[in-house]
Amino acid sequence: MTVAHNSPSGSNVRGLTRRGLLARAMAAGATFVVGSGFVAARDAAWAVETTTLKPATMATLIQMARDIYPHDRIADRYYAIAVKGYDTAEKAQMVEEGITGLNLVAKAQGFDDYLSAGWEKDRVTMLRMIEHTPFFQTVRAGLVTGLYNQKEIWPVFGYEGESFSHGGYIERGFNDIDWL
Amino acid sequence: MADNVAKFEHDDASVVVVVGTGAGGGVLANELAQRGIKVVALEAGGRYLPEDYINDEWDSFAQLSWGDMRTTSGDWRIARDFANLPAWIVKAVGGTSIHWAGASLRFQEHEFRALSTYGRVDGANLLDWPITLSDLEPYYDLAEKKLGVTRTNDWPGLPGNNNYLVLEKGAKAAGYSKVSTGRMAINSVDNDDRMACQQTGFCFQGCKWGAKWSAAYTDIPRGEATGNLEVRDHCHATRIEHDADGKVTGVRYIDKDGTEQLQRARIVAVAGNSIESPRLLLASASERYPDGLANSSGQVGRNYMRHTTGSVYAIFERPVRMWRGTTMAGIVQDEAHHDPSRGFVGGYELETLSLGVPFMAAFMDPGGWGREFTSALDSYENMAGMWIVGEDLPQETNRITLNPGEKDRFGLPVANVHYDDHPNDIAMRNHAYAAGERIYRAAGATRVLPTPPYPSTHNLGTNRMSENPRDGVVNKWGQSHDIPNLFVSDGSVFTTSAAENPTLTIVALAIRQAEHIAAEMEKGTL
Ligand SMILES: Cc1cc2nc3c(=O)[nH]c(=O)nc-3n(C[C@H](O)[C@H](O)[C@H](O)COP(=O)(O)OP(=O)(O)OC[C@H]3O[C@@H](n4cnc5c(N)ncnc54)[C@H](O)[C@@H]3O)c2cc1C
Ligand code: SF4
Repeated sequence: MTVAHNSPSGSNVRGLTRRGLLARAMAAGATFVVGSGFVAARDAAWAVETTTLKPATMATLIQMARDIYPHDRIADRYYAIAVKGYDTAEKAQMVEEGITGLNLVAKAQGFDDYLSAGWEKDRVTMLRMIEHTPFFQTVRAGLVTGLYNQKEIWPVFGYEGESFSHGGYIERGFNDIDWL
Repeated sequence: MADNVAKFEHDDASVVVVVGTGAGGGVLANELAQRGIKVVALEAGGRYLPEDYINDEWDSFAQLSWGDMRTTSGDWRIARDFANLPAWIVKAVGGTSIHWAGASLRFQEHEFRALSTYGRVDGANLLDWPITLSDLEPYYDLAEKKLGVTRTNDWPGLPGNNNYLVLEKGAKAAGYSKVSTGRMAINSVDNDDRMACQQTGFCFQGCKWGAKWSAAYTDIPRGEATGNLEVRDHCHATRIEHDADGKVTGVRYIDKDGTEQLQRARIVAVAGNSIESPRLLLASASERYPDGLANSSGQVGRNYMRHTTGSVYAIFERPVRMWRGTTMAGIVQDEAHHDPSRGFVGGYELETLSLGVPFMAAFMDPGGWGREFTSALDSYENMAGMWIVGEDLPQETNRITLNPGEKDRFGLPVANVHYDDHPNDIAMRNHAYAAGERIYRAAGATRVLPTPPYPSTHNLGTNRMSENPRDGVVNKWGQSHDIPNLFVSDGSVFTTSAAENPTLTIVALAIRQAEHIAAEMEKGTL
């Protein structure tokens, strides 16, 4: 599977036109464009090709990842990267079953499926119901490194990462706090 | 590596074999070599020097940390959150002295007399050390010189970083007075051919400047330079052999290539940290010693201590950037004394601490998720942090055992680490959480996060020192009560844990032990 990033002004994601993607969005949940073999952002900023998982499963998994660790300033593509490792023959069954279970919980709550619940609060209620399943625990634990170990998102937290090559902070503000 | 590194034969029975090259074993090996004694040091891990260390938490963890299988049991939260990672320690030449933060404190006088001072405590297996502070003082002097500890020997303290400045402000406002950047084995000025701290952060990942003391690039190469020390890396000791008289004769190990070897020895010193050292003694059980070596007391593996710990992180209105600069150069010592009116015996220290985003996500609230979790991380830049380190009580049932159900890659039973919190530990931790909260609120915190203990960084007590052979495994020299030529040389000899970070004491004991072994060899009694 690959995750393609669009250039800010471009409209093509792996050969899919912006318009084509948006048209197909009608058939999918609110957040993602789900086609055959891929999941894309509504604004076509990125797309994930799936090889084994159903695209709708991948879309649900990405939303689930965000609902577990919601950071409003982190884009979906980072959550997609964090869960793309589940799109393998070895793991697909576990994930398909897990997402099917989650959608059943959604139905019992009066929604068509997990993605149709518009409020995070409602989706979190569903997640609380499956929180003790191995599926949930696997996804959550995997995100701890899969999401937070992506260097690209560290600036969102202000974290500066590696510092040796910059000579440490001895002349770069190790004691620059000015509001105490 | 030095040029004239020694190379000893496997059947050379005149060597001292040291198992493990960390704070205890690395120092012992060098101190013996400096005294002209031939030493073979076996180290399970590889060799990494400052140029190899990585400023990245998970990459560094993968490079240096002990990742071999272990199991856990007991009511401590680690058994739930990190079932196969009870301890965060290093597997490399230099051992956990590569990871350590450098806080270097002497024990307090009364902490060597825990039983006499605290009295009997239900459920605890308290004992006085067979040595006193004054016995150890000359060796603390030597250890502080060796490690280059700030605020000793006229070395200045380190400058305070942002995380420290928040701690200092809050602690003073909360009425505490013993607040400083502490005594750190981190150069505040160039010293001992090592440069001064560049405030890089990443002290836990190995100091790329060599400003922090580690056996990996001080004692080990200096020992090798004498021509008396051979360090064999990637060599995992599996069994200590003995003769018909019961004296130890050598150490079996699996070498780099997976081949079993036997190194004969005049003396064996075990220094594999408090989980692997008892594991090795237990795994060496024989007809003569059915319960394992040095275990006539039944105390091998018992009394496992890991300090009463926990962290307090707090979020402020404006940025702190706690990750900049030394990880642990900041301490509040006002609660370190013994005062049972607080509802517990013993005391604790509060020390600055910071984790990067990857480790914060893993350790802030293991298993936690949702907005409560992520909104805290969203304010990572505005966080300050401190670590609690306090005396935990020895309990006989907190212990390392061999787990026959789980084998390592050599087919040997792994160590199981069992730990239940003692009510005293819980009372102390809660007191410390409240103190930490008070400090940060006094500095203007808007939110406080009482964070549970990490996998154990301090591992102590599983081969404890005792006056009476009935009560412990080794005597006041770290020599086993049962077998005169078998020594233990790491933190597992601690009789009690005291409130202070352990490594200065481990190093002082190793220097003292080397002196003793050399003297006894000279006399012909060893
Ligand atoms: C993140 C972190 C921060 C810390 N900060 C501080 C601090 O600020 N102050 C402080 O005082 N302490 C600190 N510590 C604790 C300190 O590092 C340890 O107390 C100290 O290193 C323990 O020394 P040791 O000799 O007992 O074991 P170690 O240093 O762990 O050495 C044991 C060595 O034995 C090897 N070994 C084990 N089994 C075998 C075997 N069977 N065969 C061959 N080799 C084997 C291991 O690979 C290892 O290299 C910190 C620890 C960590 C993890
Ligand atoms: S802060 Fe200082 S001691 Fe710590 S790693 Fe950086 S240079 Fe070394």
